Amino acid sequence: MEKETRATVGSRVITFLIMFAIWLLLSGRFDAFHLVLGAVSCALVAAFSADLLLPSPDLPRMPGVWWRFIKYIPWLLYQVLVANIHVMYLVFHPRMMELIDPQIMEFDSRLKSDMARVTLANSITLTPGTITIYISLYGHITFHVIDIESGKTLPWIMEARIGEVFGE
Amino acid sequence: MNTIAVIMILIGLLFFTGGAVGIIRMPDFYSRLHPAGKLDTMGLLMSMLGLAVYALGDMTLGEALTSLKIILIVVFVFITSPTATHAIVDAGVRAGLEPWTQDRH
Repeated sequence: MEKETRATVGSRVITFLIMFAIWLLLSGRFDAFHLVLGAVSCALVAAFSADLLLPSPDLPRMPGVWWRFIKYIPWLLYQVLVANIHVMYLVFHPRMMELIDPQIMEFDSRLKSDMARVTLANSITLTPGTITIYISLYGHITFHVIDIESGKTLPWIMEARIGEVFGE
Repeated sequence: MNTIAVIMILIGLLFFTGGAVGIIRMPDFYSRLHPAGKLDTMGLLMSMLGLAVYALGDMTLGEALTSLKIILIVVFVFITSPTATHAIVDAGVRAGLEPWTQDRH
């Protein structure tokens, strides 16, 4: 990576808090021994690798991004549900071979940051009917669709939504 | 509570069945991945939520933690599953496999 990604104190603290919450969740034991053990290991991992979890030093913007991202998840789940039912319909349809029309489609994304692009690619793949094949360095996205209908509008709406989430 | 859990698990199983049938019925490598990699996400979401509701039982702390762990499984699969599907598709494209289309078969 060409960017400077040294972890700041703030990102270390946030990494520690996230990991400690997960520790509490996974261990389910709240006695002093296990709490101390968890705190020590989380502190060690946070010290070594905080820059992996929060690569961008842009901390003040993070809460807003996370909050919008959390609001984005229910919408994504709804789209996944709708698309799932659509693919289910195709799969169980007796004349499936006439209904499906696999295509490879392309479009240029205007998303700039890596994180936004990863989210977009994963969202497209997560929604049945569309699979991301490739994203170029300049944001050119190639994806495979099962029928034209699946790929006609959704990726564009998705891109707009993700652009909102990451403030681009 | 148990009724809701059973209904959700049954819906999940329906999606899994759709995925399995889809893998057999679809015409080529790429289109098979659609039901394979995706109907599973919904099937998993539904059946795991059903299990989470079932594990919740009478709302003690330990049971709530179990439910949260089950939901964490869903979160991780939702992150990894598209990545895995993408890796398989990418392998197909790199190997030069042409996708099946309506006008050329």
